[in-house]
Amino acid sequence: MTLVQAIHDALALEMERDPRVVLLGEDIGKNGGVFRATEGLWARFGSDRVIDTPLAEAGIVGMAIGMSLSGLRPVAEIQFVDFIYPAFDQIVSELAKFRYRSAGQFTAPVVIRTPSGGGIKGGHYHSQSPEAYFIHTAGLKVVMPSTPADGKGLLAAAMRDPDPVIFLEPKALYRTAKGEVPEGDYTVPLGKARVVREGEDVSLITYGATVHVAEEAAAMAEEEGIHVEVIDLRTLWPLDVEAVVQSVEMTGRAVVLHEAPRTCGFGAELAALIQEKAFLHLKAPVARVTGFDTPFPYSLEKLYLPDALRVIGAIRATVNF
Amino acid sequence: MELPLLVALRDDGSVDPDLDPGFDGDTLLFLFNKMVFLRALDEKAQHLQRAGRIGFYIGAAGQEAAEIGSGFALRKGDWMFPSYREHGAALMHGYPLSSLVGQLFGNSADATKGRQMPNHWCDRSARVVSVSSPVATQLPQAVGVAYAAKLGGEKSAVIAYFGDGGSSTGEFHVAMNFAGVFKTPNVFFCSNNQYAISLPFAKQTAAGSIAVKAAAYGFQGVRVDGNDILAVVRVTRDALERARAGEGPTLVEALTYRMGAHSTSDDPTHYRSEEEVEAWRRKDPIRRFAAYLKKEGVLTDQAEAAVAEEAREEVQRAVAACEAAPPVPPESLVEDVYAEMPWHLKEQQEWIRIPVKG
Repeated sequence: MTLVQAIHDALALEMERDPRVVLLGEDIGKNGGVFRATEGLWARFGSDRVIDTPLAEAGIVGMAIGMSLSGLRPVAEIQFVDFIYPAFDQIVSELAKFRYRSAGQFTAPVVIRTPSGGGIKGGHYHSQSPEAYFIHTAGLKVVMPSTPADGKGLLAAAMRDPDPVIFLEPKALYRTAKGEVPEGDYTVPLGKARVVREGEDVSLITYGATVHVAEEAAAMAEEEGIHVEVIDLRTLWPLDVEAVVQSVEMTGRAVVLHEAPRTCGFGAELAALIQEKAFLHLKAPVARVTGFDTPFPYSLEKLYLPDALRVIGAIRATVNF
Repeated sequence: MELPLLVALRDDGSVDPDLDPGFDGDTLLFLFNKMVFLRALDEKAQHLQRAGRIGFYIGAAGQEAAEIGSGFALRKGDWMFPSYREHGAALMHGYPLSSLVGQLFGNSADATKGRQMPNHWCDRSARVVSVSSPVATQLPQAVGVAYAAKLGGEKSAVIAYFGDGGSSTGEFHVAMNFAGVFKTPNVFFCSNNQYAISLPFAKQTAAGSIAVKAAAYGFQGVRVDGNDILAVVRVTRDALERARAGEGPTLVEALTYRMGAHSTSDDPTHYRSEEEVEAWRRKDPIRRFAAYLKKEGVLTDQAEAAVAEEAREEVQRAVAACEAAPPVPPESLVEDVYAEMPWHLKEQQEWIRIPVKG
């Protein structure tokens, strides 16, 4: 099963299981979504529960918030995360704050699903990785799967979670990531990282599409006799800090890897946490491999995106420090 | 395109039979008492702010008819999205006075744990939805609640308040458009009080009225004299009935006037004349309604004075009870961010216990 099929599977199963679940977004109904994540659901569950909305992201998220306030479990699709900014105020000032500002009287358990990241020749507006904005906002959970099984299990967990979840789907993996996916009811708990590969020399910490880049780099490092532990965070926030710290305490070295721009990217927070919590175990500074501090380029996309060569460079530098 | 201004209480003291909600004397007096109460609450709250006993306040003087009238038109089970100036409407919909005054003090009498500035109302049991400061953000949310009611077959309507300033936002457009497309049971109630802080209505839109914009979204817009409580009740009630009956949304524009400042932080002498304010003061909705009630023999001068005195006393009792409450507990700082407190907030909660050295 591919990642996008696994996402579809989770949506269909949760809609079947819980009549409070509704989906809303642009082109998600009859058309089944531009990436086909909701294909067939409109015919199966009806236009009242699989809702094609007018083209306005602030309306999609605002409406989803209202639905959740009155007890529904809405899943809003933002067609590309690059289009989420018109809804930024609804997400940051409203969705994230309802529980706190009402002291728990009102809660907004909305899931916002949205394709994220580069790798599809999409230029500025179909490629961004804005996870740091949402991690920075108190009250939101931020999740990003890297495999079909996690895509299904994490999305189902997000849809049952009492808090709002920004669910970032690495669009480059929609059809390229394939794997076994458990049938039927299946959840992967939020807040738990996954050790993709064990190794005692360097901890390589990442999430989303770059998990696969990390695996490639780790295999290359292995040939050089460097044993890399690859950690897929899965839930970016709240972070599985124990998994990160435990690994770095064992290896004494850390490389953090993401597509998003470097400055104030999530890697900066990871590096800060590692030095706060595992300083005496560190044998080298925490290295960051990231996108550039530029708008996302069209023609030079491959150069922009971290690849295994850049990662192996950071691994070597860390080991040889 | 010009929409007529609906007026029930005519200048000659008679009531337009087409718009008369047909209330008995007791109901008329009840509405009058609530308007007087709202004025008394505002006066007291402003004094509290000037005396440094609360931090801030947004008054509604001049808008009592729009607030009390529209709030009265709701039924239990309807949802309300107030703005920061619609505490009068919220009180009418079951928001307890003790919660309202507690919110102003932001101490442990505040059911929302002092999380927001004064005037950011919230009461789940009354279905009064938590207010935020950015204007009109509540409008698309109100469409979502209304959609849920419709989907669940619930016969409830959703009223969402905003001002003339809010009508300029993207969220206004988005919400009107979504409501029109989904034909949701919404009433969008614009308290057009002529000012968004300093900016007069004529500089907010070239359309001449807010209500006229409804036509572009495929539903009905109504302009009502917002200083005429009988017309406001009638128009709002009709709009809510249409919503509950599945006939879709209505945009109500209540023409009124903010007689006071935008908030306790604002000085309106910078941007409008005393003559203008005085002209509107003559249209004061409370004076206007009192004159009608006296002419009808429902109210006397003596009873009017007694109503005002009782209102002041009731406000005073609520203030005394709430002001005496202890402050919010420091450890509550990190509560209610998530359903369960994550590790990083547990760590940060520890900071609260470490005494700060000065």
